Amino acid sequence: MKCHPYKTDLPVMLPYKPIETENFGSTIKLWYAVPIVALILGTSAIAQSGSDIRLGAVQTLMRWMPLLLQGFIFNVLISVMAMAIGTGLGAALGIGQLSLNRLVRSSSWLLTQFFRNAPWLVLLFFAMFLLPFEVNIFGIIVPLPDWVKATIGLALPVMANVSEIIRGAVLSLPSGQWEAAESLAYSRRQTLWLIILPQCLKRMLPPWMNLYAILTMATVLASIVGVSEVMTLTGEALAAEGGRPDLLAPFYAFVLLIFFVYCYPIARLTVRLERKFSVIN
Amino acid sequence: MSWNDTEPMVSIRDVYKSFGTLEVLKGISLDVMKGEVICIIGPSGSGKSTLIRCINGLNDIQAGSILVEGQEVNDPELDKLELRKKVGMVFQQYNLFPHKTALENVMMAPIRVLKHDKEIAKKAAIELLCKVGLEDKEKAYPGEMSGGQQQRVAIARSLAMNPDVILFDEVTAALDPETVNEVLLTIKRLAEDGMTCILVTHEMGFAREVADHIYFTDGGLIVEHGNPKNFFENAKDPRTKEFLSQIL
Repeated sequence: MKCHPYKTDLPVMLPYKPIETENFGSTIKLWYAVPIVALILGTSAIAQSGSDIRLGAVQTLMRWMPLLLQGFIFNVLISVMAMAIGTGLGAALGIGQLSLNRLVRSSSWLLTQFFRNAPWLVLLFFAMFLLPFEVNIFGIIVPLPDWVKATIGLALPVMANVSEIIRGAVLSLPSGQWEAAESLAYSRRQTLWLIILPQCLKRMLPPWMNLYAILTMATVLASIVGVSEVMTLTGEALAAEGGRPDLLAPFYAFVLLIFFVYCYPIARLTVRLERKFSVIN
Repeated sequence: MSWNDTEPMVSIRDVYKSFGTLEVLKGISLDVMKGEVICIIGPSGSGKSTLIRCINGLNDIQAGSILVEGQEVNDPELDKLELRKKVGMVFQQYNLFPHKTALENVMMAPIRVLKHDKEIAKKAAIELLCKVGLEDKEKAYPGEMSGGQQQRVAIARSLAMNPDVILFDEVTAALDPETVNEVLLTIKRLAEDGMTCILVTHEMGFAREVADHIYFTDGGLIVEHGNPKNFFENAKDPRTKEFLSQIL
């Protein structure tokens, strides 16, 4: 960047946006460019301080990239499964919170509040150390590897949050919908399943997607309990390279980047859906 | 299911209702015969809406008795679903189901609640939409219709259950002035067909034209009642006179 397109003698910082958009093409949004630029600048700056015999930081990163991406796919797998389990259990719990039966309602409420107000990492430790390494289901021994336990551990707070999302969405519907259904002689169950919940789906989608993005980012917690996900593998790769300090920034920047590329579109879509639904309702 | 003509179809006796410490109904009695159209009028907060919501059990009462076709509404053992099959209701805010089309709104309850055959229910629903003048709106969603159209769908939806009596809770209060008439005309036709109607309304001209009997409530009591001619021309109670002088 020796010459810049702007001719000025004023002591101001020049905007680099036009330059970058030229480099990356108009299809890649500025937001995507930021971490990529940070990664490359950081990499090249630190790489210059390394010795000539060793590979440069970028080349080293390239070599490890397939493994790290595999690790990330594992993160995605854990997040998808934890979300599926958490959504299933949370849906039951959320509907339980709406029950007319006091015992069902209060126990669903208690479970929801307990898991919603617990640190995710503590729940993860709980799942790791309290669940057995294998379970006996009707004589069939099913092993429970660490990543399955981590998935269960992460599904617990998801369950509690989904439960609250459902309760909140149902309560946000105007009471006239309940009254209209009641006065048409729908039973409570029919009212809930035919009238109320279908209308809530739209309202629940944005917070549910938001929860998924948060969960995905939380999957790196599993590295603390030794699951071979992207953070664990990054640490192992760095150790294999002899703990070179010049590799720290580019490797972790790469991890940040893949999470960003995965989660940012979800966040954008959530915002768009929220806007769309708020106009309709 | 048809009720005879000699006994009141709806009989309300000394009904008391309070929300916490606020007493809303303080001993209300009235009778509605089969085929009758009665209008309940009165200032805001006088308990009109609360009263008719008690008739189909949306609100419960603290004391008194409400008989619908001889069945006590204030009975904890009451099968509310059976009661509500007989008593239809139309709301101020229409309360159509926004995720269903006009046709689905009308035919859903007969299919799901009365377990009618789907094709028969659909045919009946189309006829009802014609009856309220909305034959071209079958596939429209509530959000795509005007307030008056939505309210007419709501009337058709209530009619689809083939109720013996319909409660109308200030059904024109939320409408634009130009759409009020289309809804009132729909109700008037229903009344002419012999449907038993209990209306809470602020439309005095309509009440005078259509009602068989008018009740004036104030402060949780029925202050005065009578046929429309007597009520509007020879009101005796000072509160009625004052109310009418403000409205007319």
